[in-house]
Amino acid sequence: MASGIKDKVAILGMGCAKFGERWDKDAGQLMVEAFDEALVDAGIDSSQIDAAWLGVAYDGVSLGPSGIPMSFALRLPNIGVTKVENYCASGTESFRGAVYAVASGAADIALAMGVEKLKDTGYGGLPIRTLGTNLDMIGVEGSGPGNFAQLASAYRSVHGVSKDDLKRAMAHVSVKSHANGLKNPKAHLRSAISIDQVLNAPMIAEPLGLFDCCGVSDGAACAIVTTPEIARALGKKDLVTVKALQISSSNGWEQQQAGGWNGSYFHTTRIAAARAYEEAGVTNPREQISMTEVHDCFSITELVTMEDLFLSKEGRAWRDVLDGVFDADGAVPCQIDGGLKCFGHPIGASGLRMLYENYLQLLGRAGDRQLQKPPSLALSHNLGGQPSENVSAVAIVGLADA
Amino acid sequence: MTTGILAFGAYIPRKRLSRAAIYAANAWFAPGLKGLAKGERAIGDWDEDAITMAVEAARDALTGFDRSKVAGTILASTTFPFADRQNAGLVKEALTLSDESATMDVGGSMRAATTALTQALRAADGRPQLCVASDMRKSRPASEAELLNGDSAAAVLVGEGPVVARFLGSHAVSVDFVDHYRASGTDFDYGWESRWIRDEGYHGVLVDALKGGMAALGTDAQSVDRLIIPVVMRGAAASIARKAGFRDEAVADGLLTQVGDGGASHPLLMLVSALEAAAPGEKILLVGFGQGVDMILLEATDALRELPPRRGVAGSIARRSADDNYLRWLFHRGQLDLERGMRAESDLKQPATALWRERRGVMGLVGGRCTVTGTVQFPKTEISVSHNEHARFTQEDYPLADRRARVVTYTADALTYTPAPPLYYGLIDFEGGGRMKVEFADVEEGDVEVGRELEMVFRVRAVDERRNFKRYFWKAAPVAAEA
Repeated sequence: MASGIKDKVAILGMGCAKFGERWDKDAGQLMVEAFDEALVDAGIDSSQIDAAWLGVAYDGVSLGPSGIPMSFALRLPNIGVTKVENYCASGTESFRGAVYAVASGAADIALAMGVEKLKDTGYGGLPIRTLGTNLDMIGVEGSGPGNFAQLASAYRSVHGVSKDDLKRAMAHVSVKSHANGLKNPKAHLRSAISIDQVLNAPMIAEPLGLFDCCGVSDGAACAIVTTPEIARALGKKDLVTVKALQISSSNGWEQQQAGGWNGSYFHTTRIAAARAYEEAGVTNPREQISMTEVHDCFSITELVTMEDLFLSKEGRAWRDVLDGVFDADGAVPCQIDGGLKCFGHPIGASGLRMLYENYLQLLGRAGDRQLQKPPSLALSHNLGGQPSENVSAVAIVGLADA
Repeated sequence: MTTGILAFGAYIPRKRLSRAAIYAANAWFAPGLKGLAKGERAIGDWDEDAITMAVEAARDALTGFDRSKVAGTILASTTFPFADRQNAGLVKEALTLSDESATMDVGGSMRAATTALTQALRAADGRPQLCVASDMRKSRPASEAELLNGDSAAAVLVGEGPVVARFLGSHAVSVDFVDHYRASGTDFDYGWESRWIRDEGYHGVLVDALKGGMAALGTDAQSVDRLIIPVVMRGAAASIARKAGFRDEAVADGLLTQVGDGGASHPLLMLVSALEAAAPGEKILLVGFGQGVDMILLEATDALRELPPRRGVAGSIARRSADDNYLRWLFHRGQLDLERGMRAESDLKQPATALWRERRGVMGLVGGRCTVTGTVQFPKTEISVSHNEHARFTQEDYPLADRRARVVTYTADALTYTPAPPLYYGLIDFEGGGRMKVEFADVEEGDVEVGRELEMVFRVRAVDERRNFKRYFWKAAPVAAEA
């Protein structure tokens, strides 16, 4: 058994661009915005970076092939720049590359960047792209909302929840995230909404209405990582270290009848979460995890993810949501920065944006939205694909001494 | 051995457009059409065409029949999606018939199906052959054809053995009588005055041919129990029959009120309808009219009673969804250029290499079954999906198209571009194993839920408008409630 990543890597600095419809900036400029914040935070200059990873999902519209566009934009010192793509989990995938480089000793200091420039397509939602040669013949070219909406149909059926009850619980998810996003100056959407607004919004993909869906944004976020020893040598006192980092990819099990998957949850998230808790030494997540940033691309995704992260019992998340367990003042606050729903969802950047919020909260630097109860372990969950085939990434970061 | 028809089937799209709705939209321009604005006509959905309808009719005809025995497929139509790519070949692939079988397209006339059937009956060598007719003709808005036509397909299986209708003989007359025509590469018919067609065509060419044909066949017109004249002009079939010496009650209903004139498919559609009603021993005369006349004389047999139940024409007519959205239909037939938005701009190029490699799965919905674990999957892969044993290279072909399925998850997606929003799709489980994510077809609002029973239908998946290529695949349709 591998010994795991716990406390082998520390976050030296992080940065995050303002998310939104950034008509003013291209992908390279968004990366500079995030990178400059991270360099100042880390107290280094770019010549000290040994290796870099770039996560981007839609390279066709964002910045073109390879890692070179980032090397150009940031004028990195001719180091290796690896571009990774793993659907919407590309940000955490980029982080994994940098963390592994440091943990292996191959690099002292590594950069993980995530970026997406989506508002050059001319329409809302994700860019239309090929599914690949074979799936273009036999797959379904559904939208993001359509793919994830199917969770709701199965969840209702499996757990005997009425359409109205589930729709109301989903609405609570979005209302909570809007309330949180209001306090975040970097968030794309900063407006409070009501339950009735959510319930009466136009239908996008049954049963997901407009406010059950996150929009798409332009943005970038990055992390500079190193060893705890180097971080301390560079003068860092409060250290945030990586406690666990797990990614699980579907292999088709969900798409075989005999496997028994019922369509109401994420098989991979349950696997990644269990592995991450074991790696971090977490035995009772509802008590030990202080806060979460999860992949709330749609309200129903966040709702079932509470069960898949073992924060709610199976079939009970909709009640926990309605009871406020995941509200800002609840037992396990979720999306305190507004989440994908309001902070925004520049695909490749999202995993790093979640880590950015967890990092700020752990260090007490989250401003107006700083949690009253100081967090010690923060979880981010970054998901790509769709319920029937996906990649699920779970990262737990915490104070070095926690 | 007796030669004749072994089995039959039909397909009529479930959407029936109200003729009153068509008339209402055009009355300002063509008030004279009012007399035709009665009943309804069958219209294909956006993802149907002559090929997909032919596949469904052929599947119906093959109900309970061992497909490995089918030696050939003839497709008759005047609206083939492809001018050079054998359309019958696509039907054959969708039906997963043997590669060692023959295929042929027959077109060019409203007589295409009767000519094809004549040839099949005359050439019968003991090996069953499918004869399918399918047509989806376009018509100009505010034309008579728009009101009279109706999309449909029908199929008969020709061969020797326990035939349901014995072949007694055929007769043909060919004359270049141009009641209407359609030039190659164009969409619409150009027709001549109906009074001339009636007097010179129906009462002249057709009546003369019937008289000559009955003499040639050595049969008394009075002995014919069911006379199939696929002419929808009001009263025409009856007057033709009378002038040619047939009994009034022998004249078969033209299916105009519920379906409309199917074009090249209409003779076979009416034949299937006649066979559904026929009693053993009845004589049936099938007529085709178009630049001449085809006649095929048949006699129903006792084997009709043994034929397994099928949808047929009666079932197809009953499987109906009333529609009054004339503009949607025009759009679906490419006759109204709606603003489709940027989401409709994606390039739908089909690599021919990949289609060839995957043709059994794509065209025939053939999945795989692991010979070690028994796990069924779609698509077939080299390493089995079974989580108990990822066995390697153990999969045998496993056709899924004729298996019922049930909804596991679904949505109605209003964001994804589709010509018929919202796009319904979901994950389905097949009876006997196998699961796939698939588009749904023929969904009525509110008629889909987890557990809903589905059947697979062959449809157009996408159209590459830049290269004029159509991509076909299977979709899942809610099983109609038993009538």
